[in-house]
Amino acid sequence: MKVLWLQSGGCGGCSMSLLCAEGPDLISALELAGIRLLWHPSLSEAGAHELADLLETIIVGDEPLDILCVEGSLLRGPHRTGRFHVLAGTDVPMIDWVRRLAAKARYCVGVGTCAAFGGVTTAGPNPTDACGLQYDGSQKGGALGVGYRSLADLPVVNIAGCPIHPNWVIDTFRLLAAGEMDASDLDEFGRPRLYADHLVHHGCPRNEFYEYKASAQEHSQLGCLMEHLGCLGTQAHADCNARLWNGAGSCIRGGYACINCTAPEFEEPGHAFQYTPKIAGIPVGLPTDMPKAWFVALSSLAKAATPERLKRNAVADHAVVPPGGKAPRGGKI
Amino acid sequence: MSRIIVGPFNRVEGDLEVRLDIEAEQVREAWVNVPLYRGFEQILAGKAPMDALAITPRICGICSIAQSTAAAGALAAAQNIAMPPNGAIATNLILAAENLADHFTHFYLFFMPDFARPIYADAPWFPAISARFQAMAGSAAREVLAARADLLHLTGLLAGKWPHTLAIQPGGTTRAVVAHERAHLSAILAGFRRYLETRTFGDCLEAIAAIDSMEELRAWMAARPPHASDLAMFLQVADHLCLERLGRASDRFMSYGAYRQDGRHLFAAGIWDGGVEKLAVEAITEDISHAWMTGIAEPVHPRDGVTMPDAEQPQAYTWCKAPRLGGKVVEVGALARQMVDGHPLIQDLVAESGGNVRNRVIARLLELARVLIAMEHWVRAIRPGAPFCHSGTMPGEAEGVGLVEAARGSLGHWLRIHDGRILTYQIVAPTTWNFSPRDRNGVPGALEQALVGAPVRPGERSPIAVQHIVRSFDPCMVCTVH
Repeated sequence: MKVLWLQSGGCGGCSMSLLCAEGPDLISALELAGIRLLWHPSLSEAGAHELADLLETIIVGDEPLDILCVEGSLLRGPHRTGRFHVLAGTDVPMIDWVRRLAAKARYCVGVGTCAAFGGVTTAGPNPTDACGLQYDGSQKGGALGVGYRSLADLPVVNIAGCPIHPNWVIDTFRLLAAGEMDASDLDEFGRPRLYADHLVHHGCPRNEFYEYKASAQEHSQLGCLMEHLGCLGTQAHADCNARLWNGAGSCIRGGYACINCTAPEFEEPGHAFQYTPKIAGIPVGLPTDMPKAWFVALSSLAKAATPERLKRNAVADHAVVPPGGKAPRGGKI
Repeated sequence: MSRIIVGPFNRVEGDLEVRLDIEAEQVREAWVNVPLYRGFEQILAGKAPMDALAITPRICGICSIAQSTAAAGALAAAQNIAMPPNGAIATNLILAAENLADHFTHFYLFFMPDFARPIYADAPWFPAISARFQAMAGSAAREVLAARADLLHLTGLLAGKWPHTLAIQPGGTTRAVVAHERAHLSAILAGFRRYLETRTFGDCLEAIAAIDSMEELRAWMAARPPHASDLAMFLQVADHLCLERLGRASDRFMSYGAYRQDGRHLFAAGIWDGGVEKLAVEAITEDISHAWMTGIAEPVHPRDGVTMPDAEQPQAYTWCKAPRLGGKVVEVGALARQMVDGHPLIQDLVAESGGNVRNRVIARLLELARVLIAMEHWVRAIRPGAPFCHSGTMPGEAEGVGLVEAARGSLGHWLRIHDGRILTYQIVAPTTWNFSPRDRNGVPGALEQALVGAPVRPGERSPIAVQHIVRSFDPCMVCTVH
């Protein structure tokens, strides 16, 4: 499978994260998946005019393109000219290159939330009129349009995440190369279900605190981050606490809230990040598929039953009370 | 005279175009164009101040922690709080891990592969260099990716992930470390030390950091075979190609000071302009005379700056503003940091040949040694059980500045808060300094100066010497304009 990787209006962080692949390293992983990089901005030897020549040979059909990977949002501005990003050395806006190349690609992959939905570049007033490949936030459309299908008859594969986990990309490549990914393997936003069918909540190390509503009040404390510190892990589609980052990390393991970065429009949560808006003391963003009345009832019950250990540990930055070997005093029913 | 346009430059972060006037097989004049604008300063205006922690790291995937650290610094100044010692140590460790990973990535994956290109096939060193450094295929690439991934386990532990963490807060870090985790951090650093000592340097880090003159560096080279280590291989190529004659800019260097702890920096803050001077941050201005920007025509301090893109500006050729210090061009980066800090080897190299391709690369490798040694001390200074993070309250009206040293140089965030929201947020990134366009007086930026005189071989469309000079700055284009 021949892969062309272009960076559009983004930060390059998805490429940087991809370079963190391990077990095996990225180059070995690509080799084993049968992936050959026609060009990647961080890794390839050739550059400048050689890239422009390569793009032309793909567009005229002399070089088959199996996978077009686009990282970064697509900039439509100013005034629909696309000139907020003109691909260096070509005088052609990147969005135009992407449209031409996407028409020649067997598969088109949006790497990261910017390429998928527009991402952080669209935050605030969206100064550059940025969008994703096939989405404009949560609305279908984007740079390639609602009806776009790659030559293999798939919509854009949206490996959303800010940044991506390296293995989301490598697993997607593996499945595409094996012919084992079709439309049923993508979720409602075109995200590969291999990671998007999970919630960040799955495998969360703070689950016990969550169960008993023992919450962190301040940064660096061990308790659940949902009630006060803006954690969206119960709603976020990703396997970050099962497939760990940089060894054994994840946002929540790092002590801070999941901000649901795989979702369209995560960049505008409607309130400050790391802050939980509440109505009458109840967080407004509850787990997606749980009836609110049940959540409230269970929460009050759980709070009443919170063991002392969790109460104290929740507001400490390291465990001050270890799990006991026998039932705590007063624990008899 | 002929004119060529070179770009896109791969193996730099982000998109870059350079226009060159060429005469008598040399670059006569250069214009540097940063062709991507995203508008982060506009995005930040009106947001809750603390949202800068989520938004600014996403300016850049390779300087993400540096952006976080600058934002946290500006917010801490606005809140008038300071980190507890553990928080300051953890922040410096996370930032240092990113900076070292960047230096390491730059040397092995971005810079050295150019010497393995067919244009050098006749050089005596080519077979060895090509086997080791060829892009993707050389023996170094896989090893280096694995060593880099192992080093970044430090960020997995202390920051959750890399890039784009929220672990660095104005009052400290969100992830406290217990005793066995401190031991794990030491083990991660030991693994990286082992790689550097066996492959990069072929010598212990302390010996590399102690080399204090060109004469001693030559003696070090002479004492071992040319293929003994990657540093030795680079020095051999540098000698053969006279890389010390390539890419000299203004030779005026700036550093905001790197890795602050206990009220002092590991590497000092200052200016070097024929001698070390005190840094006057108030003397920084940005000028929009050659940028696709409108607004305040006079150069202004970033605290008073605005960002209003305008693709129709007639004099403009880039999205990049022109930062100046006291009206002058400065160069930033590892070479500048080590000059300002007074490292004897770097001072000797610059006294002999100025800021140039070879010296920039040597300074970066020197920092790999010096910073890793410091990190080992910091890990031992963590006190499990003591706090990592304080909380503060954000006033409705406030100002703050966050200054840090990213791998590629000085990064500043200038923040003003009004009515509880961000009023203005101005960012001046390292490559904004190095790849600045001309200013209102027509004075070219550091790279534009460094490219003048670069040799161009007949028929070259993307001159190799130009590529060496550009990459010697380790540019980060996504930070440059943001």
